[in-house]
Amino acid sequence: MRRLEPAAIAGVMSREVANFRSFWKSTAFSSVLEPVIYLLAFGLGLGATVVDKVEGLEYVEYVGTGMVATAVIFSSALPAMFGAFVKERFQRTYDAILAAPVDVEELVTAEMLWIGLRAGVFGCFPLIVAMLFGLDPAPGMLLVPLFCLITALGFAAFGIATAASVSKIDQFSYVTTLVITPLFLVAGTFFPIDELPAGVRAAAQLNPLHHLVELVRHASFGFEALDLVRVAALLVFALVLWRVAVRLMERRLID
Amino acid sequence: MAAIELRGVVKRFGEITAVDGLDLDVPAGICLGLLGPNGAGKSTTMRLLTGQARADEGELRVLGHELPAQAKAARAEMGVVPQLDNLDVDVSVEDNLAIFARLYRVPDVRAAVERALELARLGARRRDAVDRLSGGMRRRLLLARGLVHRPQLLLLDEPTVGLDPQIRTELWSLIDLLRSEGATILMSTHYIEEAQRLADEVAVMANGKIVARGRPAELIAEHAGIETAEVYAPPERLATVRATAEGQGLVVRPAGPAIAIVGAERATDGAIPPEAMRRAASLEDVFVILTGEEAE
Repeated sequence: MRRLEPAAIAGVMSREVANFRSFWKSTAFSSVLEPVIYLLAFGLGLGATVVDKVEGLEYVEYVGTGMVATAVIFSSALPAMFGAFVKERFQRTYDAILAAPVDVEELVTAEMLWIGLRAGVFGCFPLIVAMLFGLDPAPGMLLVPLFCLITALGFAAFGIATAASVSKIDQFSYVTTLVITPLFLVAGTFFPIDELPAGVRAAAQLNPLHHLVELVRHASFGFEALDLVRVAALLVFALVLWRVAVRLMERRLID
Repeated sequence: MAAIELRGVVKRFGEITAVDGLDLDVPAGICLGLLGPNGAGKSTTMRLLTGQARADEGELRVLGHELPAQAKAARAEMGVVPQLDNLDVDVSVEDNLAIFARLYRVPDVRAAVERALELARLGARRRDAVDRLSGGMRRRLLLARGLVHRPQLLLLDEPTVGLDPQIRTELWSLIDLLRSEGATILMSTHYIEEAQRLADEVAVMANGKIVARGRPAELIAEHAGIETAEVYAPPERLATVRATAEGQGLVVRPAGPAIAIVGAERATDGAIPPEAMRRAASLEDVFVILTGEEAE
């Protein structure tokens, strides 16, 4: 049998879809409501009282476009981490799937694709909400789901790789505190990173979320040539993390 | 061609050797009971057969496929019923079956689900989420899930462990049905009664090896003889009886509060006390003699 069979990947994704039907309301509720809360708190709160314009944009437009990246990381890395760990350790779902003609590479790929597609959709919600608060629609925005998907694939793979590396679920606290929170804060979502110290600015260039934020803003207000490099960087990020996740999951699941 | 052929298979976990030079052939069309105490290497053997564990040494062939290289192709033709329930509890009964029908690339998913529902006698509960089913229904569903693609070979890993007697009997009827249809089954168990009830042949496994194999009656005749005498008495008396029997070269084993003198028909005068209860030798006697473990 061949590697990466579409039927195997579709089979694993059909399991995710069947499960998602039982909890989609709560997931969609938080994915929609969270950006609204952030937009109200930062966009309207700070925008009306402290911050005037940032990089020539109304603050609600600035935060609304930046929040897309926040929605993507929170709907990809976290569900991938917790979901993969629970399915591997507690529910033994992966044992069941791997007893069928599915290998670890197909399993990880299917999990990434499903999370990526979901996060690609959820990532658009902040943009839609920002439009209700005055952000003008632009044709470039049609590419935002694609940018979200590529970034989410990378973070889904990161979550799966993390799940395959920790021995206890509590250890995710270290990952959220030391990795996810800094990535989310130093992405240029709430404030420009140009004003930060040189070291932090350089580190931000390695942050995939920063590139997603830039791509979404440029999709809304005009692309620049460098955006192609950003897309390529996000693709490399997703590809590298995919291979890492497959490798680590193989080590975890195959004795 | 045997459905399963293992030659000199070794699997180590660090310092522990879980499977130690295992040789095992399972001919097509039989139910082989892999009987052994906990830790004998039965579950590791099952995982080796699905490619979920890789052997450190030895050769494995399942349904003509070399493992681990062709494990995926082998898995496509086998069904697995795990020891632990790993159903999707928030998903309906029929969706649980449909997911696995797709994973096994069954062309007509709907027909496969209907057949599996009928087998598990869960048609009336098809739309219920799994967490609303009783323990027995969940086990039947787990078995039906392993059969949804009509596999040539079925691996049952401790299929009734932890179940109450009524549910166990229900499952045995289902497995009996599969046997009568000519399915090849490898069933690991540490329940003597289960092996005796379901298996055409029994392979007794201890410390990662097969220590005896045959039809239950053959194993009993070879290792336990014809008759076993059970003696119930205070500990001091039991110690005396044991010493006398062992002095005559008989095998004596603990049997709960009693001792069992195996091969009682060979005893000479005085070895079997008059208060002893004689019964036919059993597979349990064989199991305890060969593995040194109390039977369940």
